[in-house]
Amino acid sequence: MAAPQPVSARRTANDLRPGETAIVCCLKDPQMALKLLDMGCIPGTQVRLTGRAPLGDPLMLVLGDEEYTLSLRVSEALTIQLKD
Amino acid sequence: MAGTMQDVRPAAPQPDSGGRAPVPERLPRLALIGNPNSGKTSLFNQLTGLNQKVGNFPGVTVDRKTGIAQLGGQRRAEVVDLPGTYSLYPKSLDERVIADLLYNPLSPDYPDFVVVTVDASNLRRSLLLFSQLADLGLPAILALNMTDVAADRGIQLDVPVLARELGVPVVPMNARKGVGLAALRILMADRLAAAPPAGRFWQPEPALRPLLTEIRRHFDLPNDYLALHYAHQFRQLHFLSEADRTFMAELTERYEFDSTAQQAAETVGRYAHINELLLEVVTVTRTERREPASNRIDKVLTHRVFGYLIFLGILFLLFQAIFAWAQYPMDWIDQGITALSAAIQARFHGPLVRLLTEGVIAGLGGVLIFIPQIALLFAFLAVLEETGYMARVTFLMDKLMRPFGLSGKSVVPLISGLACAVPAIMGARTIESWKDRMLTIFVTPLMSCSARIPVYTVLVALVVPNEAWLGIFNMRGLVLMGLYLLGLGSALLSALMLKVVLKARERSYFIMEFPVYRWPRWKNVGLTIVEKVKTFVTQAGKVIIAISVLLWVLASYGPGQRQDQAAAQVQQQAAVQRWPALETERRVASARLETSYAGTFGHVIEPAIRPLGFDWKIGIALLTSFAAREVFVGTMSTIYSVGQDADLGTVQQKLASEEDAQGRPFFTPVRALSLLVFYVFAMQCMSTLAVTYRETKSWRWPLGQLIYMTGLAYAASLFVWQVFS
Repeated sequence: MAAPQPVSARRTANDLRPGETAIVCCLKDPQMALKLLDMGCIPGTQVRLTGRAPLGDPLMLVLGDEEYTLSLRVSEALTIQLKD
Repeated sequence: MAGTMQDVRPAAPQPDSGGRAPVPERLPRLALIGNPNSGKTSLFNQLTGLNQKVGNFPGVTVDRKTGIAQLGGQRRAEVVDLPGTYSLYPKSLDERVIADLLYNPLSPDYPDFVVVTVDASNLRRSLLLFSQLADLGLPAILALNMTDVAADRGIQLDVPVLARELGVPVVPMNARKGVGLAALRILMADRLAAAPPAGRFWQPEPALRPLLTEIRRHFDLPNDYLALHYAHQFRQLHFLSEADRTFMAELTERYEFDSTAQQAAETVGRYAHINELLLEVVTVTRTERREPASNRIDKVLTHRVFGYLIFLGILFLLFQAIFAWAQYPMDWIDQGITALSAAIQARFHGPLVRLLTEGVIAGLGGVLIFIPQIALLFAFLAVLEETGYMARVTFLMDKLMRPFGLSGKSVVPLISGLACAVPAIMGARTIESWKDRMLTIFVTPLMSCSARIPVYTVLVALVVPNEAWLGIFNMRGLVLMGLYLLGLGSALLSALMLKVVLKARERSYFIMEFPVYRWPRWKNVGLTIVEKVKTFVTQAGKVIIAISVLLWVLASYGPGQRQDQAAAQVQQQAAVQRWPALETERRVASARLETSYAGTFGHVIEPAIRPLGFDWKIGIALLTSFAAREVFVGTMSTIYSVGQDADLGTVQQKLASEEDAQGRPFFTPVRALSLLVFYVFAMQCMSTLAVTYRETKSWRWPLGQLIYMTGLAYAASLFVWQVFS
């Protein structure tokens, strides 16, 4: 494993405000990353938070320029780190 | 290399061919594969129509849908529908089937070529799967589906360039409307003897070469990429022997093969290549950045307040359909069966005729009567699924279900469980996490299925007055709703308890794509209904008819001469007391039943169920309905019809006129309630136990259900009777 950046400082997909767009920097959790990569959530992809379920969890992320919506839990969104 | 393997196949022993005559020329086989929501099911339905059947993949419990497709030039082919997947690295049980099938040329389903459905509006992600299949060396056709959605979004695709870059034929199509289907059929017929695609999309890194060479040599594999998949997945490939797996374990250990890192590197590498390729193929012209309609609909359907209100409304409509609208066709079926029985009995006589009418046809009626409810339920679920709403339901419910150890995806099996636990438990397959799935399967039978409805309605109508409460609520309706809530509550609480006991094997996750909202395709809905009804009739039907026949035999015959002795005794008594002939006949029948095998069973278990307020007659009904609850009403009807006036028609009237030793009505509200709660909890369904075994591949789960639910039923019944009587 490479020396970690100040990881805690990085924002995650869960920190997005509704409607806010950001770029995926890296995926923190190797196991979860495999699933996310399969679904097209790769570093460099654009993500936008479109909304959350009524109880705040799960959330809806729109991915990429082809615009498709993924739903994922807060615990999963926390593993998606964003570029500043 | 792939060619030599195909040559080997017909000579290979086929374990399941049994006594069937050898097929001189087997149909060419093609597999349909694609991402979830890429229109794969539509395409399958378009190609095969009613020519499809559901079976099992050999050795695994996952459904295998196959069908015969008419191709161009009068050629035909067998089409295998594979579970939707995003990549060849399986994340769920369903997806594992794909690996088992595509990595094993000796598999009886091994395809001659694959048709990959891709979503044209989402090409980047769809091509990930395609590029993996191509690298495996499988001959392929690309069905470029949902071109209409892509066009709506201003996405233009250069199809000839795409075909050239991929090295396979590409058919633009709209499977929902059947556009492009004719072209696809012709191409399929052409490609039956196709060569594998030349395109190499991605190469394993050179450092892996020695490992892959050893794997290739050991298994005689045609390419490095297939060998790489063996390295990743050898633990899950069913067709490998124990020795092969040990060999692979040692080998990967020796080369320090890091599956997770390699997979991640591969996926990122593939996307890089696909991105490059798409630069040439895709042009996006967006005149204005308008928010897609789906997003706008989502704003309403997943709204904080309206989201749940709309879901409740839909549930209400569903209940209305199952319990009110279904009543009419159910009555017709009931009348038809009764008329058939009467017609046969009017013409023929003898024990065989009685076995036919009272055993087989009565049993058949018990199965057929549920068809309208099951058809309606699945029509509803299919429409919700087809439109894309179901994904939103799981989204809305996930947080609510999680405290109980379930996930949003458990909601669908739980709702289906209101019709029948058998298809509901099969529906739990979409849940990727092992623990979530086991919990869902375990508690689904507690949801009040439609087989409980006859028991509920008969007993509730017997003891609950048809009166309004607070002026608006119907008392019977309230009690009925209470029973359903009791079922739901116990399912959730049971999951909660089991959650603590059960250790998770793998992580639970909830990453899911929202399909865009679309109108349902009625053909798909129709085919779903046909398939589910067929499954129900054959799976539950076999058991119920068998039980009905068995019950008839047990109630008609008895051990030794006891029945004849009892009958003779009654006749003697009748002669002394000068009973009329009809009365004598009834008392003889009653005595015969009491001394039959069924009556004997009832008496044997009576001490065990007396604390619940039940007698030996109910005991018989309990015993028989341990196989299937539907049998309850029939059994009660058989048992109580003796000793009553012949013209007392319905079961309800029979039960209402039953008296205890003191001459008071036997079915008091408390006794009926005790029986009702027993039926809410008890595991009385062989088919459910069978399907739980099939789905979990372990006797632990069905046995656990049987013991747990029966114990719960006994305790609840005991509580009701002891406290309130």
